[in-house]
Amino acid sequence: MTRYHVSATVNGDEIDFLCEPEQTLLDVLRDELHLTGTKEGCASGDCGACSVMLDGRLVCSCLVTGAEVGDCAIETIEGMADGERLHPLQQKFLDHAALQCGYCTPGLLVAAKALLERNPDPTETETRYWLAGNLCRCTGYDKIVRAVLDTAAEMRGE
Amino acid sequence: MTTFRGANCGLGAKPVCSVFTDTGSNATEGSGGVEMRYEAPETMKAAVALLASDEHGRVLAGGTDLLVQLRADTIEPSLVVDIKKIDEMCAITRENGGFRIGAAVTGAELGEHEAFKSVWPGVVEALELIGSTQIQGRATMGGNLCNASPAADSVPAMIAAGAIATIEGPDGRRDVPVGEVATGPGRTSLRAGELVASFLFPEQAPRTGDAYLRFIPRTEMDIAVVGAGVCLTLDDSDVCVAAKVSLGAVAARALAPEAAAKALIGTPVDDAALAELSRAASAAAQPIDDKRGTREFRIQVTGVMARRAAETALARAKGA
Amino acid sequence: MSAAEDLDYQEKPHELKWVGTNVARTDGVDKVTGRARFGADLIMSGMLFGAVLRSPHAHARINGIDTSRAEALKGVKAVVTRNDFEDQPSEMIQVGELTVNIRDVIRNVLAREKAMYDGHAVAAVAATSASIARKALKLIEVDYEVLPHVIDVVEAMKPDAPLLDEKQFTDGVDPKPDKPSNVAKRLEIKLGDVEKGFAEADVVIEREYKTRPVHQGYIEPHACVASYTEDGQGEVWCSTPGHFLVRAITSRLCGIEVSKLKVTASEIGGGFGGKNIVYLEPLALALSRKCGRPVKIAMHRSEVFRATGPTSGAHMKVKIGARRDGRITAGWAELMFQAGAFPGSPVFPAAMCAYACYDLENVLVIGYDVIANRPKTTAYRAPGAQISAFAVESAMDEMARALGIDPVDFRLMNAAKEGTKAAYGPTFGPVGQVETLKAIKNHPNYRVPLGPNQGRGVASGFWFNIGGETSVTMNVNDDGTIALTVGNPDLSGTRTSISVMAAEELGIDPERIRPAVGDTTSLGFNFISAGSRTTFAVGKATVDAARVVIGELRARAAAAWNIPVEAVVWEDGRARPASSNAGDFEPLSLEDIARDAKKTGGPIAGHVETNVSGAGPSFATEAVDVEVDPETGHIKILRFTAAQDAGRAIQPNLVEGQYQGAAVQGIGWALNEEYIYDERGRMENPGFLDYRMPVASDLPMIDAVIVEVPNPNHPYGVRGIGETSIVPVMAAVANALEDATGVRIQELPLSPPRVLKALNEKNGS
Repeated sequence: MTRYHVSATVNGDEIDFLCEPEQTLLDVLRDELHLTGTKEGCASGDCGACSVMLDGRLVCSCLVTGAEVGDCAIETIEGMADGERLHPLQQKFLDHAALQCGYCTPGLLVAAKALLERNPDPTETETRYWLAGNLCRCTGYDKIVRAVLDTAAEMRGE
Repeated sequence: MTTFRGANCGLGAKPVCSVFTDTGSNATEGSGGVEMRYEAPETMKAAVALLASDEHGRVLAGGTDLLVQLRADTIEPSLVVDIKKIDEMCAITRENGGFRIGAAVTGAELGEHEAFKSVWPGVVEALELIGSTQIQGRATMGGNLCNASPAADSVPAMIAAGAIATIEGPDGRRDVPVGEVATGPGRTSLRAGELVASFLFPEQAPRTGDAYLRFIPRTEMDIAVVGAGVCLTLDDSDVCVAAKVSLGAVAARALAPEAAAKALIGTPVDDAALAELSRAASAAAQPIDDKRGTREFRIQVTGVMARRAAETALARAKGA
Repeated sequence: MSAAEDLDYQEKPHELKWVGTNVARTDGVDKVTGRARFGADLIMSGMLFGAVLRSPHAHARINGIDTSRAEALKGVKAVVTRNDFEDQPSEMIQVGELTVNIRDVIRNVLAREKAMYDGHAVAAVAATSASIARKALKLIEVDYEVLPHVIDVVEAMKPDAPLLDEKQFTDGVDPKPDKPSNVAKRLEIKLGDVEKGFAEADVVIEREYKTRPVHQGYIEPHACVASYTEDGQGEVWCSTPGHFLVRAITSRLCGIEVSKLKVTASEIGGGFGGKNIVYLEPLALALSRKCGRPVKIAMHRSEVFRATGPTSGAHMKVKIGARRDGRITAGWAELMFQAGAFPGSPVFPAAMCAYACYDLENVLVIGYDVIANRPKTTAYRAPGAQISAFAVESAMDEMARALGIDPVDFRLMNAAKEGTKAAYGPTFGPVGQVETLKAIKNHPNYRVPLGPNQGRGVASGFWFNIGGETSVTMNVNDDGTIALTVGNPDLSGTRTSISVMAAEELGIDPERIRPAVGDTTSLGFNFISAGSRTTFAVGKATVDAARVVIGELRARAAAAWNIPVEAVVWEDGRARPASSNAGDFEPLSLEDIARDAKKTGGPIAGHVETNVSGAGPSFATEAVDVEVDPETGHIKILRFTAAQDAGRAIQPNLVEGQYQGAAVQGIGWALNEEYIYDERGRMENPGFLDYRMPVASDLPMIDAVIVEVPNPNHPYGVRGIGETSIVPVMAAVANALEDATGVRIQELPLSPPRVLKALNEKNGS
């Protein structure tokens, strides 16, 4: 079976991997690089559990092939905290009980971080639409939206 | 064990992406299928040559449809040609007062292009309705068109805008109206080895406004149950002098009913004209019952979406 | 005998320090950093990837399965089919609130004589990569003889319907039928005399209702890793709410002793009842046994939809009689529930709960459990109660309208309360139905003025809750911290709530307690995390374990001071003499006693093995405001208020989260969620694209009101709270739709095509 050799940057580390052409970036992260923080919920781009940043863009890693990411910079949930210090979003998710089972949480955090990088002062509606691609079945989204808005306020220094 | 097979067929793939072959297994062994190959050419010519060389080749743009189909085993291509490394497929340029949009430009990139967005807000809003924020980072206008779903959101908006698709192929380059590319569900008029390279949005007449609206059961993440794109131009006395209406998800391909456009032309786009537009749009719809809606529902809502899109387009034309 | 039964209980402290506060979740950091390991996250040395071949037919006899081409594919290490499993006799076993027959379980895990539904597992393979495993599936040749199928419950009940099981005769019918039927069972819940009640009624409302099957929709697909070693020992790692149940079923189906199988529960990415039964684990273990390597199987989302736990679609008839003064004289219902391919729909709890919100003299509910060519139904959050509540609470709303009484007042006039005899048997102790109704009535949301095309709906719901077998071990570490081992997987923060109760008992900071979910070798049997039992039952057992520990701590202090143990009390995490009469000693802290434990008798621990009873039922009342687009039939949720009785909220933010999540699942069920089948009985929407669960932009904030009427059978008053809040939702939305538009719809979902059609009919167009 033909395997492709790809070099990329993941959470700041230069890495190399071999992948089959059918393997998605999600498959590569989980099965080849053992970065299992990124989750598979649907493998069709409908749930957002596999959200990662690819060259600064929020994407579903299930809809990117591994072979495509040569020379790209990939950021996953594993790279979100700064050493021992949680990212403000991670802390606020805990403070607001914005997670229950925790399975959608990595994808939601990556997506919310992308939102706040683009828009430091989102409205509730903007937040809800930005996160519409991240399904959560446990929380009803209430506490997630509150956590994101509260993080934004804190990061703005309010 | 793996053995080095060398550079990527000389087709210009980046050196970081070279190919290994695992001699311990053979793709054709027992499978009956052909192993899928990935290529990422850097020139249009190379892309066309690759596609012409393999009748089971597929273009990989954003991948938001292709990868889903691969995973669901609904397609088994022997070759995917990633076109995102070809500069002109990813470019947004001005051309004769209009815009040329590369087929691999993503929804997110187009949405961030203030100049294009100010001229063609309807096209941008249609492309931005496709999927989530995550999908927006990948999905492309070329992919949306060539996937040939009757419910593709960007297609009615492009048809209403009068966009032209520029197609590259073994016999060179040709231009066709966007409405002539998709011919039915999953089918296009592209010939062997051809691919859509870019879209030309011609220079817009003054006092023109466009809009796209769709109906979905939720607020996001669904496929259009009905889509309506409207583009109209007013004269100085606010009379509509030109209009195009295009409908999605109500036939095997996007429709552009003349009667719907005529309902607006020559009118001040008042309530009577909008009611006539609504009737004409519903009359043109030829939908089916499916998991996303009934025929009856789609026919009725087609008129509603067309009227609401026209109201937005009118406001934009007046504001422009 | 449980050690806890000997306890000399101390008075519980009046001032609660930790119970009722929000403390940091012990699994929180792992879950926000991606470290938490779920079902598919375990990677073992030499691990293979499994995949499951599934029937494309709704009903087909399997005449043969040829796996030879798949086995010949390079990289394939094992293939299993029905021939790799012994058949099982008919024997009922308890699963959560539902009961299943092990003969059916083996057939559901892997088809035997017939494929019974689209997606039914037929074979499984293990290979060196996921792509090879998937390729191998295509090489398995199955000789299917396609049979007529039936999906709809009413169709399945007809005498000429395609028969799924020639050996099934309707149970609960006298005399015993002489012909087989798809109706597995008829049951009755009865109180008083409904005929007499209807004779006393001034107004009678009689209606029919229909609901579609819906899926629990957890985001984590089913996944497991199994390993079988040469010494006949097996290990399974899996996403489950009940690893003791997985052990019981997997060992049984694979023919190995219970002691030879160790099951470890991973973190579980949602379940809502849908993971209460076993699908993959026996397949993975059998594959591993065949090839001697660990095997991981993770379902694709389409497999989750096609093959796992939806709840029933139902057809229901309801008849309610009331006097003009608002008093209900009789409630009657007939409930026909799809069970899926094997018996065991939640029609029994549906019948139990149908009228449980009300204090009635005359009730008759008849239920039918009906098999059809759909995946075997599994529990879904208050199984069945939400379905019967859609019917009964819709009819209740019509009755309130017919009588001209506010819907909350009408329910208050008839509300169940302490002393009410429920039709399903018990007489209620202190319960909170009246309080939830008053909470809604007094909520500011109930007074917000409504605009055009807007409407407000109210409904109530009930869930009885359960206890069950529970084992807990509490070990005192040598530094005075606590290692707490429970046997119930934590779906939503239960581990932390349980340690909060332990902290309250021990008088120490919850941060000094590390709770863990032990594997099946570390504890006695535990019933699954279901029926809203976990915080209630495991909490109660943990409190008992803490009291055992405290008894031992007092004994150690008493020995050190050379005074009787009765003269030592435990307060604020310290032992001290009960009074100055007992002596004058410096208090001994938990750390002090733990440090010296080696010298005073060895390690200190408390363990409790018990069958917890005394679950307190939980009521809820909810109000929803909607706005309807009159041109498209689209319903927008404007406001939602959920008031539910928690008994006592151990951690308020987690309780609110349960109400909010349940409300939104109900909103999805009300508006868009449904299984759609084509004419061949294949599911047409097995993905999140067309199985439309609510997304963030569909919703407003969900206002959660915690009502607290303590459960007298729990040391902190806890009731189960995980389920009731989904029960009223669908009726509340339908009631709001009528309030907004004058249109009453008796069929779910209230999807735009259905609503628009009804609006057209009302407008005569």
